[in-house]
Amino acid sequence: MYAYDEIDRTLVNERVSEFRDQVKRRLSGELTEDEFKILRLQNGVYLQLHAYMFRVAIPYGTLSSEQLRRLAHIARRYDRGYGHFTTRQNIQFNWIKLAELPDALADLAEVGIHAMQTSGNNMRNVTSDQWAGVAPGEIEDPRIWSELLRQHTTLHPEFSFLPRKFKIAITASDHDRAAIKIHDIGLRLVKNEKGETGFEVLVGGGLGRTPFIAKTIKHFVHGRDILSYVEAILRVYNQYGRRDNIYKARIKILVHELGIEKFSREVEDEWQHIRNSSLQIDDSVIEDIRSRFTYPAYEKLPHMPDELRQAAADPEFEAWRKNSVAPHKVQGYSIVTISLKPTGGPPGDATAEQMDALADLAEKYSFGEIRVGHEQNLALPHVAKRDLPALWKALDKLGLATPNVNLITDIIACPGLDYCSLANARSIPIAQELTRRFANHELANLIGRLHINISGCINACGHHHVGHIGILGVEKNGEEVYQITIGGRADESAALGTLIGPGVKFDEVADVIEDVVEAYLALRERPEELFIDTVKRLGVEPFKERVYATR
Amino acid sequence: MTSPLEQKKIKIAGPSVVTANRTWDGIVVYRTAAKGWSVDLSDAAIVRNSDEAKALLAESVADDVGAVGAYIAPVQVDEEGKILPGNLREQIRRTGVTIGSQAQV
Amino acid sequence: MPLVKGGKIVEDSFVKLDVDAPLPAAGDILVPGDRFLKDAAALLARPGKVGVIWPNNRDIDELVPYLGKLAAVALVFPTFRDGRAYSQSRLLRERHDYRGELRATGQVLRDQFVFMLRAGFDSFEVKKQADAEAFTQTVKRYSVFYQPTGDGRITALHRRMQLRHSEGVGT
Repeated sequence: MYAYDEIDRTLVNERVSEFRDQVKRRLSGELTEDEFKILRLQNGVYLQLHAYMFRVAIPYGTLSSEQLRRLAHIARRYDRGYGHFTTRQNIQFNWIKLAELPDALADLAEVGIHAMQTSGNNMRNVTSDQWAGVAPGEIEDPRIWSELLRQHTTLHPEFSFLPRKFKIAITASDHDRAAIKIHDIGLRLVKNEKGETGFEVLVGGGLGRTPFIAKTIKHFVHGRDILSYVEAILRVYNQYGRRDNIYKARIKILVHELGIEKFSREVEDEWQHIRNSSLQIDDSVIEDIRSRFTYPAYEKLPHMPDELRQAAADPEFEAWRKNSVAPHKVQGYSIVTISLKPTGGPPGDATAEQMDALADLAEKYSFGEIRVGHEQNLALPHVAKRDLPALWKALDKLGLATPNVNLITDIIACPGLDYCSLANARSIPIAQELTRRFANHELANLIGRLHINISGCINACGHHHVGHIGILGVEKNGEEVYQITIGGRADESAALGTLIGPGVKFDEVADVIEDVVEAYLALRERPEELFIDTVKRLGVEPFKERVYATR
Repeated sequence: MTSPLEQKKIKIAGPSVVTANRTWDGIVVYRTAAKGWSVDLSDAAIVRNSDEAKALLAESVADDVGAVGAYIAPVQVDEEGKILPGNLREQIRRTGVTIGSQAQV
Repeated sequence: MPLVKGGKIVEDSFVKLDVDAPLPAAGDILVPGDRFLKDAAALLARPGKVGVIWPNNRDIDELVPYLGKLAAVALVFPTFRDGRAYSQSRLLRERHDYRGELRATGQVLRDQFVFMLRAGFDSFEVKKQADAEAFTQTVKRYSVFYQPTGDGRITALHRRMQLRHSEGVGT
């Protein structure tokens, strides 16, 4: 956990009071909506179909029990009793009243939470691996650097009015859980031959109308230079990024139009001017940030405690353990993923009661710490293995022990036309229907790892391009139509999916997905060959043939 | 689903209303004939040609403190004069999300 | 449109000249960048101060040879969501050491004042009278800054280092 000091607290409070003044001026008519829009967006307030939507940042996906309880309080006091975890380590509330927002922000500020830059054309919440600091084999805890960047990007005097939004993600593991290749800047922590910490820097990834996988712009930037290097990228982008067309304004388009070589030369030139400036960070700065992260006092525990051995007799527990429990860097501990994808539920939603109960469980079993991942699930990062059976029972009672992590029903979905004013088609009901079709966990396990991602419009908040199966809702003649792609992935081998045929109607989507899955089961070489690997081996043609032959 | 920004050239195909979100709380509202806003679609002023639509929209947009994001939305008027939303988006705005329980099951 | 300079609303001594407006015999003038570059020597030779209105899509390097002779550079915010001039102003101040008046023009609202000050602006053509009047209050809103810029304000990182050091000395 990162603990705010007086300096961080002061800034957040100053921001709340500024926003309170802005809301007051808006409600009195001193500010027009046109003027206010940008100000509210800079503070995470959108206008959606039914009401204002309020997006709160959970930097690098780390929450304390106290903070999660406060989010539950926001849901209960200012909203309709639930929140929605997004694909970028944020939580959204769908019914917030503008007049009450300053109070909600003040409540959040008390526990060190803010909503700065969760929307708008600025640097968004810096995201990271939800297993940061606990994953075995990690180079070092990427949250130290995420926090450094969070601070540096907050209310930046030069880059708060960029051509378009700007997202940074950081990973420190070989397996990329932060989807860095679909970010404007992706940072991969690496060590050089001298053993010094630095970053491979990727740039120009992003989804939306024109999706791109990020390209490596520099193989090694020393840790001390990371702020100046990021600043150089941003300065080039701020000046030369397109502002004439909102759909061409992301940095990915600039990188594409200039070419990565020319773009990187521009950045390099800029960087040479500023790398030896006050942006250079020395070890003491990093150590200071590191010192404000608290790490649990782990006990010395056995690898296989008796409690776990006994519980293994219960097949339901075992099914959950095999699915949702991952190895921890410390012996005797585990990382537990909490699925927010129950059968028939909207992906990523949690009620205030669930949040409160989870905060209690985290205190009891996970040193008071909760994580949020881009797959719209939560995690308890430090659970002693001996506690797993008791934790499972408690989670099951809360409806939070669905053993479907990484399986076909662990669906990423944007809010879609049920909430979003940009959407052309619904996403959540499609996800709900699919979770019902594949509710049988044996079947889901037989299918194995398979990510379905659903977006309700081309903006791709549901990351459909990088789903193993991607579903994109569009509108055609006043009707919802869904295009289906296969072969996308968001990890270290990130790739964009390929369309397998003409769009299908709302009612037909689940049938088509069943056909795709059946095709896979027939086509795979052996049970261990994952869906994504079968697509890679065979291409989309055999799927196309089987799925569309009868249509 | 046309965003209000793209509604510069106003052309309507059938009966329409002006809808927006109330500024202070964001709730869905409809422009009334009495130059106010109502949460009830049945109170909405109906426009039937482009000139009327243009006038109603202009008046609505001018009331920036009352409601935000005003735009013209199609409706259907049945034989008894009851006003119904003209497309899925407006249906959802009027009756809420289509996902069953709004919280988790 | 009120001009705020040195924290106060002041009379603007500069007259803005269009591309083809006749040149007044004396007095301070603000000239569009194009016109200035075409006729720099003559403009600088006449009595009165010269400032340049520089568009936000033109490389600031072209202006660099003249910076020592310019009394003002006015940068442009065509809309307040267009932030290119923040980069231009930091480059002028921090890279090219420009010390004359640096003016924010266009759509300037109170909500940008702190950003603009931090980026190096020291005068502001403010769109609304009420915002101009609120200048002093508004710029006091923030006391914490995370990024180092040319305005010399101490950053949060360095304040922490100082606090830590002073605590260390005390114990």
